[in-house]
Amino acid sequence: MERSEWGPVRRGVRVVAPLLPAVFALGASFGVLARAARIGALPAVVMSATTFAGSSQVAVASILGAGGGVVAAIVAALLLNARYVPIGMSVAHGFRGGVLRRLGEAQLVVDESWALSGGGTARFDRGVLLGVGGALWAAWVGGSAVGAVAGTAIGDPSALGLDGAFAALFVALVGSQLRGRRTLAAALAGAGIAALLTPFVPPGIPILAATAGVLAGWRRTR
Amino acid sequence: MSAAWIAVLAVGVGTVALKAVGPVGLAGRSLPPRLTELLGMLGPALLAALVVAEGFASGRSLVLDARLAGVAAGIVSVLVRAPLWAAVLVGAVATALVRLAS
Repeated sequence: MERSEWGPVRRGVRVVAPLLPAVFALGASFGVLARAARIGALPAVVMSATTFAGSSQVAVASILGAGGGVVAAIVAALLLNARYVPIGMSVAHGFRGGVLRRLGEAQLVVDESWALSGGGTARFDRGVLLGVGGALWAAWVGGSAVGAVAGTAIGDPSALGLDGAFAALFVALVGSQLRGRRTLAAALAGAGIAALLTPFVPPGIPILAATAGVLAGWRRTR
Repeated sequence: MSAAWIAVLAVGVGTVALKAVGPVGLAGRSLPPRLTELLGMLGPALLAALVVAEGFASGRSLVLDARLAGVAAGIVSVLVRAPLWAAVLVGAVATALVRLAS
């Protein structure tokens, strides 16, 4: 990176600084929840460093913890992260350099870094995105490590209410992704499908089937 | 290799690839708006299903138990725009307290 490019990166770090304690705390929550789902501390931290997308990480912990099977966990997580295809494409014009550099910098694209750097608008600034994304990554991975180590001491997760914490977090994550009536329709349909199928199929499958809930949101656009 | 490691590595590699599609391969192009909209609805649909799985499912049955306090904590946190970590903390405490009392 050239010298003149560090200005926007520093600006990005400054812009995101007030959010960092909350991101650290959420990372710690993921670490604890992952341990409650019997995921080791090291894989939990490796996941935060590589996947770096909170909702999909908690989904993996939840599905594995419920005995839902590794394939269901992987597919559900990747479906949750499919939104990064259009998000990445909306900022692609701002990236430069060779394949490896683009690949590396693309990993710092998350919802918050995209929004704070003007993603999807004419004033998108790649340097700001890298500053915001880099600071978020450090806070997320650091928080995860602290939570995963602290979570090692957990005896019975249900005595601490950690199963209820999963439920609360997923409700809050739904809330964070609602954008009007179509997404609300998709969410309600997804929940309905999952509830209807739960008695009849193994854990994990109702979540994958809930993918069809997007059709409820889609029909509303006609 | 444990199930956890398999999931961590597969999701890690897959997500790295999903994030790279735009910046590495498709500069200057964009998906049809309808498809973008569809992908944006995957999150709400799947996360809502996870609410059912974590809040109400017990094996293959649906039950109402102390986890309902966690669901309620999540709803309140959305309504008051609390940060996500606060939803986790309040959800855990509320569920544990209800469980203790019942």
